[in-house]
Amino acid sequence: MSWTRGLLALMAAMVIAADPASAQSVLRIGLNDDPDALDPTISRAYTGRLVFAALCDKLFDVTPDLKIVPQLATSYEWGPNQRSVVLKLRPGVKFHDGEPFNAEAVRFNIERHLNTPGSFRKSEIGEIKSVDVINDLTVRLNLSEPLVPLLAALTDRAGMMISPKAAKELGDRFGTKPVCAGPYKFVERVAQGKIVGERFADYWDKGNIHIDRVEFLPITDSTARLASLRSGDLHMIERVSPSDLAQIRADAKLKVVGVAELGYQMIPLNVNNGPKGKVLGADPRLRQAIDLAIDRETIVKTIFANEYIPGNQFVSPASPYYNAKFPVRKRDVAKARQLLQAAGASNLAFTLIVPPERDRQEAALVLQAMLAEAGITMTIQSQENVTMLQAGRRGDFEAYFTFWSGRPDPDGNIYTFNVCNGGQNDSHYCNPALDALLIKARQTADPAERKKLYDQTTEILMRDLPRLILWHRRVFTGFSVKAQGFTPHPDGIIRLKGLKLS
Amino acid sequence: MTSARQAQVLRRLVGRPPTVAAGAVVLIFIAIALGAAHLAPFDPTATDFAAIRKPPSAVHFFGTDEVGRDVLSRLIWGARASLMAGVIPVTLAVSLSIPLGLVSGYAGGWIDSWMMRLNDAMLAIPFLIVAIALAAFLGPSLRNAMIAIGIASLPTFVRLARGTVLALKAEDYVEAARALGCSRPRIAGRHILPNMLPPLIVQSSIAVAAAIIAEASLAFLGLGQQPPAPSWGSMLNAAQRYLSQAPWMALYPGLTIFAIVMALNVLGDGLRDALDPRYY
Amino acid sequence: MSLGLYVARRLLALVPTLFFVSVLIFLLQQLLPGDPALALAGEEHDPAAVAAIRAKYHLDRPIVVQYRIWLGNVVRGNFGESLRSRIPVSDLLASKLPVTIELAICSMLVALLLGLPAGIISATRKGTPLDFTANLIALSGLSVPHFWLGIMLILLFAVRLGWLPASGYATPWEDPLRNLTTLLLPSLVLGTGVAGVMMRHTRSAMMQTLDADYVRTARAKSVPERLVVLKHALRNALIPVITLGAIEFGRLLSGAVLTEQIFNIPGFGKLLVDGVFNRDYAVVQAVVLVSAALYVLLNLLADVLYFVANPRMRGSA
Repeated sequence: MSWTRGLLALMAAMVIAADPASAQSVLRIGLNDDPDALDPTISRAYTGRLVFAALCDKLFDVTPDLKIVPQLATSYEWGPNQRSVVLKLRPGVKFHDGEPFNAEAVRFNIERHLNTPGSFRKSEIGEIKSVDVINDLTVRLNLSEPLVPLLAALTDRAGMMISPKAAKELGDRFGTKPVCAGPYKFVERVAQGKIVGERFADYWDKGNIHIDRVEFLPITDSTARLASLRSGDLHMIERVSPSDLAQIRADAKLKVVGVAELGYQMIPLNVNNGPKGKVLGADPRLRQAIDLAIDRETIVKTIFANEYIPGNQFVSPASPYYNAKFPVRKRDVAKARQLLQAAGASNLAFTLIVPPERDRQEAALVLQAMLAEAGITMTIQSQENVTMLQAGRRGDFEAYFTFWSGRPDPDGNIYTFNVCNGGQNDSHYCNPALDALLIKARQTADPAERKKLYDQTTEILMRDLPRLILWHRRVFTGFSVKAQGFTPHPDGIIRLKGLKLS
Repeated sequence: MTSARQAQVLRRLVGRPPTVAAGAVVLIFIAIALGAAHLAPFDPTATDFAAIRKPPSAVHFFGTDEVGRDVLSRLIWGARASLMAGVIPVTLAVSLSIPLGLVSGYAGGWIDSWMMRLNDAMLAIPFLIVAIALAAFLGPSLRNAMIAIGIASLPTFVRLARGTVLALKAEDYVEAARALGCSRPRIAGRHILPNMLPPLIVQSSIAVAAAIIAEASLAFLGLGQQPPAPSWGSMLNAAQRYLSQAPWMALYPGLTIFAIVMALNVLGDGLRDALDPRYY
Repeated sequence: MSLGLYVARRLLALVPTLFFVSVLIFLLQQLLPGDPALALAGEEHDPAAVAAIRAKYHLDRPIVVQYRIWLGNVVRGNFGESLRSRIPVSDLLASKLPVTIELAICSMLVALLLGLPAGIISATRKGTPLDFTANLIALSGLSVPHFWLGIMLILLFAVRLGWLPASGYATPWEDPLRNLTTLLLPSLVLGTGVAGVMMRHTRSAMMQTLDADYVRTARAKSVPERLVVLKHALRNALIPVITLGAIEFGRLLSGAVLTEQIFNIPGFGKLLVDGVFNRDYAVVQAVVLVSAALYVLLNLLADVLYFVANPRMRGSA
């Protein structure tokens, strides 16, 4: 808030404070870091999604058990061969600036997602070739190839709708003053301070919104965040670390709920990306040996107080797409040594790049000790997250430690990582048989069919291991008992509908 | 310096208990850093997942950290990184400042003027901000942190060296030497250079203290010595997350930094009192 | 020399200094490894898009031209925009600098309240154990690492005792009480360091003035000791102390960097750290440039104060 406006605000506040009946309910949510630009087309940071949940509605939303439900669009119907999909839109919806939400707006938004330079949504919905406006409330998306997971993409930022008028006015500065169609209207943002939203009077579902104002406060230090929750300065905090759970559980004024996340923590291994791919890419037995030497359960138990879930596939063991034939293996050092010897690499050595993030640094140390017992020397190299990801793209790595936040549709967790020339396939693993299966899976609508296909892909990947999946987090949301009506979702996003503040 | 003067300086140094105590502390730290391999009870990178975040005990005098490493051992080994990060950049800065100060002080005119402008420009940016910006642009590592700190420390020394040269140039004995026909390099080497050293030495003690804090600050931010290598600053970084559960993780590294920096400051005080001809 | 002339000469001398500062800061960016256009493009693989970004940010022009464009913008108050949030950097500066200045002022108050009396007492009781203890405490304040002291204070006051909030800064208009409680601990942390310096300088300045002729005269005239100290000695000792204060104020910007990070205060220092970690180079450059400019101006202020307070200086040609 600029200091000159501050004086006016002070006077206004005094007037408001004088009248207790007009006291607003304000929900304060602590964020783990400061979101980037509040523009659905170019936003990348996870915390941005939390703010969007209040400000920007999307075409569809997803339930805790991953069913697609209407939000701004009321229904969908696939065309012949899944090459197009017709969306019916909700009538009577307005943007925060009063502009109507209609098919034209949808077309504008999708084209913006596809054509803006620097758009991060292009890789998510790039298969949309064109958008036809059939009438004011009906839209047809034409695809270059069938893509069943498209709908799941429309439940996130790619499906968020912004006001075309505001977008044209603000251009690439839209992220500083977003105008969407969500339950809360953007009021102000003090960068690295707070982001404030105020109840939108014309929201289409206003009956379910009970809180007048929502404030997002980024606080990077977890100790400060927890202390603020305990003192009542914050009502909710997101992604609570397992080491803080005990304190929240011991406090009668607080609650915490956890849901298995959609994503996973993984180590991509360089199999064929430049000269560094020779170390681990030469023989799949090397990678299998590394995998056998790791005891995932011990990692989860010692570092994460058993609050996380050991994993080894692209979906968590609770997912219907998990291949039960390949459960998380028990550690087998002897077999690992055998494999290494057979491959002629009894003294395997490689470097793992790890960003300074606590969870992964600690886990890396455990891994180092575990691998050492199998005769594998793993050196830990610390690198900033962004640098590491860029090095990954370039092939300047043997292994690096990262994570994927996960997508509601299983395709979002595997395709771009394992298909030849996939956007996130830093390993440069390339297996045409696998590609055929993955492509078929994303073009098939029947879940049972897809499960069969993904089972086959898992079989291949368990043998080739271009990346190691280690565990799935539980997304813990801590909140005060004053905040009622919270429903946890696997994506960890706090949805404002139904929330009450007592 | 004449031998009588040297004796006087030594007497003044040794005669004051605080200076002696501070000097002893500094020597102890140096000894610890050098003899880390023999002194540390545990391997500083040895993890022990059964002993995570254990409070101080007979086995682990200062407790253990978030992956079960012995805090005391990490402090001992961390002394190497910290002391190196203190001494090396300052030594470089002092060494560079002597020729720069001589050139600037002797040349005078526009060379001196523009050198001082450039120097003032670097002095204008607050020390830690220079260090952070440089370390960020160079990339996080202990080596880059030392380069950044060295560059950030340089301007103070250059200004000091030049000031000393100017003051010494006006001294009687230098004028006399010029009158006797001594060449400029000879005057610089025989008369000016040795007398430049005392104020530079005094400043060094304080500068090393500041450099140690700078390295700890950079490591705390994640810009210095990278994990898992031990560094007092990165230990404090880790400690922040577990502040309520394991306060000993933050307490001992901080006390250690405090101890060495305090000792260096007291030593600097003592050196200044002993070497400064004005104080009798 | 008149005051006006002095100030004018000093201001003129500032220009080349600031020019060099701007060159240094601009050159910082050249240290960056890799191609900045690629970093800006993010996930974009399309060469045409990368080329467009390169042109937009003038990265294809020679360095000297880039510098000229950059400097021209800076002089007009345009520092570019934050890469991450797209907010104009000048807006960020305008909202965060006052916060840090408020923190610096509070820290300065703490430093004066602690350092001045300690220095006076120390000077008047020179050589006694009280003097020695005070000096030791001052040195401790100088030597303790700020960020560690901050962490320890948070542990004590926010986590264990719960007396003070751990975060959640509010501007004085929004919530004056909150503003004060959130600034209390950080000001203490920063202030103790400067208090140490203050105390030592006050002490040595007082020691000098207490020895001066006019003080001896006052004593000979049986003026009460307290009056001697407070009225005569202190007034003259304050001159170097005040000028020092102006310089230390500038240095508080440096100390604020870590303190704001720890106490989560949305100020200038935190802006720098966040800019560094988000690779927001425009932000980093702007912060460094403004810090330097502030420091230089404060030094000028200190010199002017010294000039005004010290009649002897004015006489010289």
